[in-house]
Amino acid sequence: MFNFKHEWVETNVGVMLVLVMLAISVGGLVEITPLFFIKNTVEPVKGVYPYTPLELRGRDIYQANGCFYCHSQMIRPFRDEALRYGHYSLAAESQYDHPFLWGSERQGPDLARVGGKYSNEWMVQHLISPRSVVPESIMPAFPFLEQPLAYNDIEQRMEALRDAGVPYALTPAENARNIKQFGPKIAEELYIPDAKKNLIAQARAGDYDGHPGQITQMDALVAYLQVLGTMVDFSKYPNDQFVQDR
Amino acid sequence: MTDQVQSQAPQTTGHVWDGDLQEYNNPLPAWWVWAFYATVVFALIYWVLYPAWPLGKGFTKGMDTITYVNNLGQTKTVPWNTRALLMKEMNKAAAEQKPYFEKVMATPYAQIVHDPELSNFVLSAGRSLFLNNCAACHQSGGQGLHGLSANLTDDYWLYGGTFAKIQQTITYGRHGYMPPFRDVLSGTQIAQLANYVVSLSGQPADQTAAKAGDVLFHSQTAACYYCHGVNAKGRSVIGSANLTAPVSWIWTAYRSSNTPAENVAAVAHTIEGGVYKGVMPTWKDRLTPVQIKVLTAYVHELGGGQ
Repeated sequence: MFNFKHEWVETNVGVMLVLVMLAISVGGLVEITPLFFIKNTVEPVKGVYPYTPLELRGRDIYQANGCFYCHSQMIRPFRDEALRYGHYSLAAESQYDHPFLWGSERQGPDLARVGGKYSNEWMVQHLISPRSVVPESIMPAFPFLEQPLAYNDIEQRMEALRDAGVPYALTPAENARNIKQFGPKIAEELYIPDAKKNLIAQARAGDYDGHPGQITQMDALVAYLQVLGTMVDFSKYPNDQFVQDR
Repeated sequence: MTDQVQSQAPQTTGHVWDGDLQEYNNPLPAWWVWAFYATVVFALIYWVLYPAWPLGKGFTKGMDTITYVNNLGQTKTVPWNTRALLMKEMNKAAAEQKPYFEKVMATPYAQIVHDPELSNFVLSAGRSLFLNNCAACHQSGGQGLHGLSANLTDDYWLYGGTFAKIQQTITYGRHGYMPPFRDVLSGTQIAQLANYVVSLSGQPADQTAAKAGDVLFHSQTAACYYCHGVNAKGRSVIGSANLTAPVSWIWTAYRSSNTPAENVAAVAHTIEGGVYKGVMPTWKDRLTPVQIKVLTAYVHELGGGQ
């Protein structure tokens, strides 16, 4: 019979290391692991698709400039938030986000459903000089976003996300799967070999920054902001549709 | 006190390292230990009452329930969760506001603004809606911002300032557009037009050029009158500007404080490049019909309503 003594643990640093790691991982395992198995963690909902190449670069710029330090992207199911920001965020709406940009601070307003709330012009003006449109704003100015957008590595960025499980298509077979899942129009945007072409086309057509001739970081960031929270059409569901998932 | 501590023999944990290294045992205070046990008991009760433990593909739902009515009128009772709690709270607030909103919905605009109780409600509810949704562009007082958004407090409206027009604008949004003329007209022609347009609002301009501009304005070459109207007062159906308005415009840096030459240059700039902005977002998917009605009345009462 193994004679277990506390002293044995305390005097064997290797054993203690293993046992400490086991002990502290219990909390994480108990809270996180079941979420992978519970059916409704990610709500079944129509309309959510991975970002287009331009929106994806916009998301990178959002991250690079640390927007998430002051802006959350997580509308909680509270009345005051529902009135100000709209429908509470669904897990399904962040399912293609790596990493999540939920944030934890709100020096600025929540941006989970900012898409469509303001015009592109307002977004550009506000990013260049926040106080010119919102006098009481404490947001820093981002005039340097009007520099050209680097998108030569867009394919690699998409491939990295594909490795993480985002359904960007690298092969015609994957493209066919996407056409089935998202429809031909969105599937086209998710096809990695056409990424550069799609990015340029969206920036030209959208002209988010008001300079149709050039593709800037502003184009990408505004394209991203304008799609936030707009993918799910909540009018298609009863207003308690997602109650059953909790 | 000091005597008491000294009279007690020091307690150790009983471990001895390296032959003589010992550790004092300092037990936690009793109140702390009992508080800890109390939290354990609290957790046990909580686990039974509320959603807690994962079980394969689901989780324990708890015993507490919430009853609410959804927008299809179905009454549902579900295990306690924050999303159901939100439904219940929204229902409760909606029930309190219902008499007002129903009255707003049932009353024509003209009566709303003359009914003291209703107009009070509309102005305060409208203000909070306006600040959250409209003020970013139109500014908190509705005075607008040059180069970005329309002034809602003056007498000039691009798309019309009646209740019906304001409601239409909020519901479906707008997109300003004027074609660029730099490839259609010569520099001289543009300068002539600019002088004519500046003269329309009584500002000083080169009269000879303005006369030539008048002819161009009403000709098939420039065809400005198609959109701005023969009298240049604009057409609210398409949102073309009233060029006779003596106030600063949205897209053109045209001000009564400018020198005449600056104003002519500013107008020429707009004629050359056109206008492809002035996007007002669509609100029908973000606001409910009654919210739009409240906002319409609020905007109308900002000072410029027709």
